[in-house]
Amino acid sequence: MSGAEDLKTTPLHDLHIRLGARMVPFAGYDMPVQYPGGIVREHLHTRGSAGLFDVSHMGQAWLVGPDFETTASALEALAPADFLGLAPGRIRYSQLLNPQGGIIDDFMTTRPADEALDGRLMLVVNAARKDVDYAWLREHLPDNVTLETEEDRALIALQGPKAEAVLARHCPQAPALSFMQAAAGEIGGIAARYSRSGYTGEDGFEISVAASDAEALAELLLSEPEAAPIGLGARDTLRLEAGLCLYGHDIDETTSPVEAALVWSIGKRRREQGGFIGAQRVLKELAEGTARKRTGIAPLGRAPAREGTEVFSESGEKIGHVTSGGYGPTLGGPVAMGYVKTPFNRKDTPLTLRVRGKDMPARAASAVFVPHNYKR
Amino acid sequence: MSKIYYTKEHEWVAVDGDTATVGITGHAAEQLGDIVFVETPQVGDTVEQGAESGVVESVKAASDVYAPVSGEVVAVNEALEGEPGKVNEAPLGDGWFYRLKLADPAELNKLMDEAAYKAFLASEG
Repeated sequence: MSGAEDLKTTPLHDLHIRLGARMVPFAGYDMPVQYPGGIVREHLHTRGSAGLFDVSHMGQAWLVGPDFETTASALEALAPADFLGLAPGRIRYSQLLNPQGGIIDDFMTTRPADEALDGRLMLVVNAARKDVDYAWLREHLPDNVTLETEEDRALIALQGPKAEAVLARHCPQAPALSFMQAAAGEIGGIAARYSRSGYTGEDGFEISVAASDAEALAELLLSEPEAAPIGLGARDTLRLEAGLCLYGHDIDETTSPVEAALVWSIGKRRREQGGFIGAQRVLKELAEGTARKRTGIAPLGRAPAREGTEVFSESGEKIGHVTSGGYGPTLGGPVAMGYVKTPFNRKDTPLTLRVRGKDMPARAASAVFVPHNYKR
Repeated sequence: MSKIYYTKEHEWVAVDGDTATVGITGHAAEQLGDIVFVETPQVGDTVEQGAESGVVESVKAASDVYAPVSGEVVAVNEALEGEPGKVNEAPLGDGWFYRLKLADPAELNKLMDEAAYKAFLASEG
């Protein structure tokens, strides 16, 4: 396939092929959308056992400053989370905002547990946005904080109720981590940074290793009976059921974190004091509310309502659109999320979806269709 | 004994007298992956050869189902509502979509028989 030659590959590419993956382009990478078992089986396996995901396409980069306060302050100017309050070995979810208060990308920040790395913050950003993110950071960081991107790393996620048991066999320190906590050490003798975090709503871990160690680590974990490889197809159905945003769909440069119902990720001090690019709109929306809000949308029938589906009120007024939608294997039916004019976002408000020219009933719902199982 | 014909869009039609049963082929089902929803025409609807006659949805996408022949729909497979996975399990059997009364048997001349469909698949891949 001539197109595939232009695509980047992750360190696990050969493994995916050997495992019989169906490969598709994603964010410029040749990635597995599913393995022979299929998306539904992979999704259910993750929620019931342990799924292993290659997420090496995502960007891993360090912010490097003279000390923690300097680096954290530099990041606080660009994102609304409480980074100064981040303890060693802890992780925060946030968004880079543009001057209009829209979201450039969402990302995770880790403050290393190791004091020797004081002044460094580890960022993980979306694959499709890493070039934009890096350019933005380079443009807006102060002179004494630099961006160091890691081009030679892999990132592997192990998610599900059996993830802890699987990882513990090769890393006895792993079970001690709580949700959004990170550590560094060895997994089966392989040097790794690992965190208790993920994108499925389940308990699980994300593991960063050198690219040259990626295949060995993946094969080590896959050798455990509970673990199975999972593709991007199931990654999407898992995060959708869990109510997690996908950049470029549920959040983008026009959506503020307030509209996107991500206020929980904005630190209390930040909500009061601002001090970040985009604060003007965010603080205004916190004070006055927003015209639209991201909400879960539950079709009442069996037909999925996909991205772009128009949403109407019971009285026929166009009030929004679906930004992510499809089938939820754990739920056994269609799930969706989108933006809806307030107050129609209120839970249980009746909505109408226009699917293939026909009106289908739905209701506003929590975007978290399947409860989270984080180990807090 | 039914004779089965195939379309280039990977639908099959099994003809028994003037009744025809329609579904999608194993190849189509396999390409789609896990099927999660099927929309068929309703009993009493008229379908036209080559025109849309329902939708089959996998986890990732919705695909139109084109009518292999024209006619009036006399039955639909209601089991697919609760168990759309039947299409993956038995695409030529329990995964059938709808049955119709054949309007014009001459339309079958435009379709492929099993050997021709197999050759078509080989050339496509």
